Amino acid sequence: MNKKYFFLMIIVCLLFSVSSTFAAEIKIGGVAPLTGHVATFGISTKNAAGMAFDKVNAAGGVNIGGTKYLINYIVEDDQGTPEIAANAFRKLMDQDEVIAIIGSVTSSCTLAGVPIAQDAGIPVITPTSTAEKVTQTGDYIFRACFIDPFQGSVVANFSYNDLNARKGAVIFDNANDYTKGLAEVFKATFENLGGEVVAYESFTEESKTVDFSAQLTNIKAANPDVLFLAGYYNAVSLEAKQARDLGITATFVGADGWDSSELAKLAGEAIDGGYFCNHYSSEDPRPMVQNFVKEYSEKFGQTPDALATLAYDAALILVDSLERAGSTEGAAIRDAIKAFNKEVVSGQITYDENRNPIKSAAIIKVEDGKFVFHKTVNP
Amino acid sequence: MNKKKLSDTLNHNISIYNELANWKKYLIISIITLFFLSLYVMSFGLKSFLQQLINGIQLGSIYALIALGYTMVYGIIKLINFAHGDLFMFGAYISCFLGNYLIAQNFRFPFIVVLLVSMIITAILGMIIEKVAYKPLRFKPRLAALITALGVSLFLENFFALSPRDVPFPINKIVFGPAFLPFPALIADQTYNFAGISINNIRILNITVTILLMILLQYIVKKTMVGKAMRAVAFNKDACLMMGINIDKIISITFGIGTSLAAAAGTLFALNYGQLQSPYLGIWPGLKAFIAAVLGGIGNIPGAMVGSYLMGISETFATSINSNFGYGIAFVILIVVLIFKPAGLLGKFTKEKV
Repeated sequence: MNKKYFFLMIIVCLLFSVSSTFAAEIKIGGVAPLTGHVATFGISTKNAAGMAFDKVNAAGGVNIGGTKYLINYIVEDDQGTPEIAANAFRKLMDQDEVIAIIGSVTSSCTLAGVPIAQDAGIPVITPTSTAEKVTQTGDYIFRACFIDPFQGSVVANFSYNDLNARKGAVIFDNANDYTKGLAEVFKATFENLGGEVVAYESFTEESKTVDFSAQLTNIKAANPDVLFLAGYYNAVSLEAKQARDLGITATFVGADGWDSSELAKLAGEAIDGGYFCNHYSSEDPRPMVQNFVKEYSEKFGQTPDALATLAYDAALILVDSLERAGSTEGAAIRDAIKAFNKEVVSGQITYDENRNPIKSAAIIKVEDGKFVFHKTVNP
Repeated sequence: MNKKKLSDTLNHNISIYNELANWKKYLIISIITLFFLSLYVMSFGLKSFLQQLINGIQLGSIYALIALGYTMVYGIIKLINFAHGDLFMFGAYISCFLGNYLIAQNFRFPFIVVLLVSMIITAILGMIIEKVAYKPLRFKPRLAALITALGVSLFLENFFALSPRDVPFPINKIVFGPAFLPFPALIADQTYNFAGISINNIRILNITVTILLMILLQYIVKKTMVGKAMRAVAFNKDACLMMGINIDKIISITFGIGTSLAAAAGTLFALNYGQLQSPYLGIWPGLKAFIAAVLGGIGNIPGAMVGSYLMGISETFATSINSNFGYGIAFVILIVVLIFKPAGLLGKFTKEKV
């Protein structure tokens, strides 16, 4: 009996080794929160990156140094928890021996994993971690999204040049790095352009604050042309409603924290006519965007969100860089990513010296509770 | 050495202040208040001042409704019911579901019905909590009941925050889930504008309902038989037993009235802000209202009202002057008031009998 199994195993092993010489394979790791409190983010990411790799495989694989390799995309769940993310990175590198990693989604998880990858010399592209610190970890770490300070300056430029605003006001959460960073950059950029920030009001912690009328009354007295609501959609909806109640007529502007289907539901008419900066818009007429939206919605039954788009882009960047690197060595892939310069779904991407993409942002307008593509802003 | 000197001087000044005649105290307080108010008007303008005053009164009204319940329960059974903020949350959610239902049925005046039903359902929950968690500890050390109250509070928050998808059948019909909910517009929002000062009908309604409920509460406690029994229970439980007063019943009624006020506050709060953030939304309003109740003299009904309006208004003005420290100002005021008046603004200082 035992002998029989032994031979069977040997035959199976031989078969596998034979087949693997026929179709060479490379392994690419993915880390994403597939369960837990940000599960939808992770699922979008996995779906979109997987779709990109499937397309490459269907076309015969990725061409590295003259040989075609099929991509084996291995995704680990980090549950949105930094400790688990660190383990996931380790497992992918030690056990699966991946040549590059796409992940993770949230900045805190990515920050837990990237030092390990940096030490091992495995290139990482995080699709959506916007915190500046992520790529400061080392020269193997890249991202597909823009960073928070960039959004602040895009909003300031748009307000000054497109909305012709000369007097701006800001309301932000002083306990949250994201909104604080946005507010600071907006103020600096707007003043550099020649505008005046007439009110700069803060509050403490979105989860504790629901009444903004004291700050908004100050803002009303300053009579601004635009009001920058730097925050996530829940606080933004409250601020917008209360501002309109107090008789503030300024145009509302914001950043990617607005990107939620809940926004219009919670804020109602108050948010109509507002503009915000986002990674992409599904209504962008560029053929690349439209093809992606069509394929994704056919495959997964929903319009891709910004997370899906950025994950898809990260996959495209990696595949393109592998082909140009002509090798599966970490250092070669790293140099190829650094030299990346092409159009992907969320826009034209090149990398600056800090490995942050220089790319365009989409300005989206809220009309009758719907997000309508307004224009693309180039850096 | 220096620190000691400073605290000595401070204590000395406080004792000088405490020995002053009452009218002199009021004079000092009004002069200080007037000074700050005129400073504000000079730097921000009269229009802003009036608008902020309205904002502050509106915020104070919400605190007041919660604080009334806190103060009442404390006044009768000397228990700080930390679960009060969570009953406030519960009332708001009940109103939300009921409001959605009634609006779908094209009901004519949903607000009154929603308010009353939510008050009744929450009152029942309050009485159940009292029976289950507080009654067995009634003649035990007070600290035990206080810790239990904290436990009940944490339980309510975390239980109702469970996601219906994650829990088995009977429970998933009760829990609210952690997500945001838009609150139905039970009353059409209308903004009135008087010479640049805006106020909307919901804010006016909030203030009116608060004042009406306070008058009603004062009437119940001071003029009715139940109120008389409540005051008797507050005074001496053992004597009440001898006089044939049913303590259990009276305490139940007290809890019922107190929690129904929390539900009213929750409904008005949600109506005003138009959304329910999560089942944790009661924590901060609850804490602020508790501070307001202490500020006014805990156990004292008009005191809770005064304390709440003082808190709401001062918080609004402080936020307006510098939005970074507005949130903490409530605590500074609490400390200052308690230094000068340890029993709160309208509270009477009573020595504990040992």
